[in-house]
Amino acid sequence: MIAAAQLLPFSLLGALLGADVVSFPQAMLSRPIVAATLGGALAGNVAAGVLTGAVLEMVAMETLPVGASRYPEWGSASLVGGAIAGSHLVMRPGAIILGVFVGIATAWAGGWSMYALRRLNGVWAERALPAMEAGSRRAVMTLQIRCLTADLLRAAIVTAIALLVWTPINDYVLAHWTVGRAASHSILAAAAAAVAGGAIWRQSHGAAGSKWYLLAGAVLGVVLVIVA
Amino acid sequence: MTGPDRAPTAIAPALSWSARIAVFTRMFAVQGSWNYETMLGPGIGFCAEPALRELPGGPDGPAYKDALARETRYFNAHPYLAAVAIGALVRAELEGRPAAQIERFRTAMCGPLGSLGDRLVWAGWLPFCSLVALLAFGLRASPLVIVILFLGLYNAGHVALRAWGVNTGWRGGLRVAASLGSPLLQRGPQYLARAVLFLAGLALPLAIARVIGRRGLEIPSHDWRIALPLAALFAIVLAALLVRLPARVEGWRAALVVLAVLILISIAR
Repeated sequence: MIAAAQLLPFSLLGALLGADVVSFPQAMLSRPIVAATLGGALAGNVAAGVLTGAVLEMVAMETLPVGASRYPEWGSASLVGGAIAGSHLVMRPGAIILGVFVGIATAWAGGWSMYALRRLNGVWAERALPAMEAGSRRAVMTLQIRCLTADLLRAAIVTAIALLVWTPINDYVLAHWTVGRAASHSILAAAAAAVAGGAIWRQSHGAAGSKWYLLAGAVLGVVLVIVA
Repeated sequence: MTGPDRAPTAIAPALSWSARIAVFTRMFAVQGSWNYETMLGPGIGFCAEPALRELPGGPDGPAYKDALARETRYFNAHPYLAAVAIGALVRAELEGRPAAQIERFRTAMCGPLGSLGDRLVWAGWLPFCSLVALLAFGLRASPLVIVILFLGLYNAGHVALRAWGVNTGWRGGLRVAASLGSPLLQRGPQYLARAVLFLAGLALPLAIARVIGRRGLEIPSHDWRIALPLAALFAIVLAALLVRLPARVEGWRAALVVLAVLILISIAR
């Protein structure tokens, strides 16, 4: 279970991962495979974190962070998902399902917070416009630093609120969880792989011979699953 | 404020190494003030600013103020390939190109730098690296190896693209558009798309198998033999459904609904 005292390190890391999505440095530290693994590690169960991260990574493959579109914010959300999944040292049935669910739901909320911040950035940019049109270095620097700081704060707040809200819900659900591991993990993996597969096909099917490349990879993948 | 236009030169103007390093470093925060009104504009000004200080008159001169004002206006592009525009714009400003020419260049570069970057990075390089990480996950690599492999691979391409962009922009100046037609950039997304499809076929079954957890979660083998084919079938049907549904039906929402139903069933039983 995540204690209230642990909120600070989680929020600080969440701030960095949330800012990485758009503001700085876009090095993809915010991808679920990284962020959820870090979340699990910080909560004390890195295995649960990486498992959650892999599933969330499949789901996040659909998201193209293209310019003005509104999309889920996977950075701080994946950290929260990984932390929730890894919040119990022994991996309980349902823990990964909850972690992934929390990750997606938080990413949705995080996406809205990013949209609100961009609107606020617009207000600040409009206010700074006369000074910037006069070539003021100070106005440019102030705007940039203000917006970057606001994004860090946004992501820290999203992380803290999500952990505060989801931790008791997680404990309640895990205490009452009844579906078996094989069934629940099969549904989880299938749903995530479907999202990833559908997204990749939508993005890449225009390439010549696309279905043959996919098929060749799938044959090799299935053979490896069988022999491994 | 209008500074005097200086004659353009064939050779790139001098720019100190400290300014070059500052411009390159700031490019990692080019989207720091991204907004729906001016989009990347203030970020472009923020990145170009260290170089603009070397304009005649320094940071207090009219040339600097005019150039900074121009560079903070509306601009939109892919954040990594914005480096091409930044390199070209810095050179144009230092060469003293006419303001109207620079404005035209800014307007003309938005579309190509956006669409090329989206295809090359967001739809190509990023999914490629994600699938390599998922392949490593499926092959039971340790969490540390997976994270280092993903970050190392992705950022090798990411940092190289930004460095290439700013150098190409600086060398080409306002004629940089020709460099965007290079075969590697034009055909790169096609090659990446094929690699992504092959990797998706390879990595997703392995990742599914690990999530279901034949070994890791000690599920009895008879359960696993039933679970894996059923999961594969469910995945194929759902993927086909998602591909055929209109684009606004996003997969992550569908996954959220599936998981919500599963959680409710599990606690209500």
